[in-house]
Amino acid sequence: MHFLLDNFWDLSVTGLAQGAIYALIALGYTLVYGVLRLINFAHSEVFVTGTFASILVLHMLGLGSDDPVPSAGLVVLYMVAAAVAAMIASGLTAVVVERVAYRPLRRRNAPPLVFLISAIGASFAISEAVGVFVGRNEVRVPNLVQPQTQFHLFGAAVSNRQILVVVSALVMMVALDQFIRRTRLGRGIRAVSQDPDSAALMGVNADRVIALTFVLGGLMAGGAAVLYDLQFGVTRFNAGFLLGIKAFTAAVLGGIGNLRGALLGGLLLGVMENYGSALIGSQWRDVVAFVFLIVVLMFRPTGILGESLGRARA
Amino acid sequence: MRFQRMARVTIAAAVIALAAAGCGGGGSSGGGSGGGKVDYASCKYQIGFFGALTGDAANLGINIRNGAKLAIDQYNAKAKDCVGLVEFDSQGVPEQAPPLARKAATDKRVLGIVGPAFSGESDVADPTFEQAGLPTITASATNPKLADHGWKTFHRILGNDATQGPAAAAYITGTLKAKKVFVVDDASAYGKGLATLVKAKLGSALAGTDTVQQKQTDFSATVTKIRASGATAFFYGGYYAEAGKLRKQLSDAGGKGIMMVAADGVKDPGFVQAAGRAAAEGTIVTCPCLPPSKTKGTFAADYQKAFKIAPGTYSGEAFDAASVFLRAIEGGKTTRAAVNAFITAYRGDGVTKTVQFDAKGEVTDKVIWAYKVTGGNIVEDQEVAQ
Repeated sequence: MHFLLDNFWDLSVTGLAQGAIYALIALGYTLVYGVLRLINFAHSEVFVTGTFASILVLHMLGLGSDDPVPSAGLVVLYMVAAAVAAMIASGLTAVVVERVAYRPLRRRNAPPLVFLISAIGASFAISEAVGVFVGRNEVRVPNLVQPQTQFHLFGAAVSNRQILVVVSALVMMVALDQFIRRTRLGRGIRAVSQDPDSAALMGVNADRVIALTFVLGGLMAGGAAVLYDLQFGVTRFNAGFLLGIKAFTAAVLGGIGNLRGALLGGLLLGVMENYGSALIGSQWRDVVAFVFLIVVLMFRPTGILGESLGRARA
Repeated sequence: MRFQRMARVTIAAAVIALAAAGCGGGGSSGGGSGGGKVDYASCKYQIGFFGALTGDAANLGINIRNGAKLAIDQYNAKAKDCVGLVEFDSQGVPEQAPPLARKAATDKRVLGIVGPAFSGESDVADPTFEQAGLPTITASATNPKLADHGWKTFHRILGNDATQGPAAAAYITGTLKAKKVFVVDDASAYGKGLATLVKAKLGSALAGTDTVQQKQTDFSATVTKIRASGATAFFYGGYYAEAGKLRKQLSDAGGKGIMMVAADGVKDPGFVQAAGRAAAEGTIVTCPCLPPSKTKGTFAADYQKAFKIAPGTYSGEAFDAASVFLRAIEGGKTTRAAVNAFITAYRGDGVTKTVQFDAKGEVTDKVIWAYKVTGGNIVEDQEVAQ
């Protein structure tokens, strides 16, 4: 307890950086759930392909895994390239998953359980395919940001990398939220989410909207992939598994189907894990995360902010 | 429309092919007929390898499998009747071990097991081997308690953590002159057991402890604990994948100056890969294994030729373990009981040491070496006094 209080802000800062990545991935689960009412368990692999795509692009640009950090101007260039590559790769993977694993089932009006099995199958297939191509060991990410303390928050050092991770994640989430709320395409997503049949009668092309939903989730996962690469500097073919479960937990925690809930859930989960680790030991990290989820669901069965993508602001 | 359907079928086929390649890849990279021209399955007698060939700590298992495979292939090149190598890939996970152990025990052609590779899986698999009278020689499981069960079939061809742990602690306080030391373990039978021994030996120099989980990626809480403790060095009991990530995250958070000491589970290039060269540099790794350059005969050169890489951690020990079984079979010991009796009475020169087991199954000739990460490679530093 003493240790937790002494290092409260330090644990909060590192927890927020981790939570921001959870939140970005959680958006993918929440978007798809909001529209299709199903959990896309292949989303963790959508994320993993992003982590590798950005490494691939950095290598192609001539940046090796153990090279020193390049100059500031180049770093921005490299980072943009890595982000674009990761988003394209993750977006593409998401579309392919939708096409191959979901659309054929939707055409046949398959029961929800079949979608779930199909998703898990897709998840394994992609994960193993990545494993075949990149091997099963850790893969290093070239160094792009040398962490340096920028300022102190109540005694906790805040590094440039943590600021970058949290701010980029927030910017992406605000952009997504505005897109869903303000644009024509976003209105389509909300319409299908609320009432697919009426939306179809009003001329909304459900297939296109669903594909768009997967792409948006993929783009967020791609963003998360770059931030993950920056944060941990290393990835592997099955890195998505535990992270995916945590992100899904974050989505449920905040209220699945609710974009702002995903943000809140992700950040909360990140800091709670750190507090729990500090209080009772790091081996209880996952236990703390899931117990926290259960406790919240006991009092708010639909998550903190409640379920629904469109209903609340129709 | 027709085109669309075809495209869909093609994509589906491609995905299935990829998935199949995925599974096949995992298996065959393990199986791979490699240099051997012998079809192992056709051989009358088999030696089993039990350990991780896939999974998070697979590199450690692959090194051992390769060492055993080299011994068997060299034997087959000369012998009249071939001996096969059958692999039991436990993924290093104790939960996977019992059914695999039963499979090995019921295959009557299997006369001996090189392994199990890790201590956790040994705990649950060895009772099955003991019951089936199937002799085992582990080339890497170092938890001391394994020898205390009175298993007649258990043999260990290297020093255990009862020597390695105190040696590592002595290195930290003696050679590194650290006054405050933090200890982290990964809750595995191996990591926790080793950390307990190190803690006991450190005594008042112990500044704090934490336990992490295998497969964890974010170690920020542990990093905070290490830094807050004011330690100048920390010991990690566990395997290379998590060790590398922890080292990197500690360095990134301003803990560059905190020295890391780890043990044999971290002695793999995968550690440097996960931590990055800059962060890994200077890390000390202890190991009850002989550096490849110190092995006798042509072992190191033969291994390099067969697998296109230098021998890894415990490859030499595994070669010696498999050789003991091969000597037994060569001498006409073709029942499990006869092989076990042969091992108990065995005394002979291996490439890493003179192989002889005491009543508990522990090898009598033990060494501990300290290795140091230098220029991105884990190179031998010095032999540690026991």
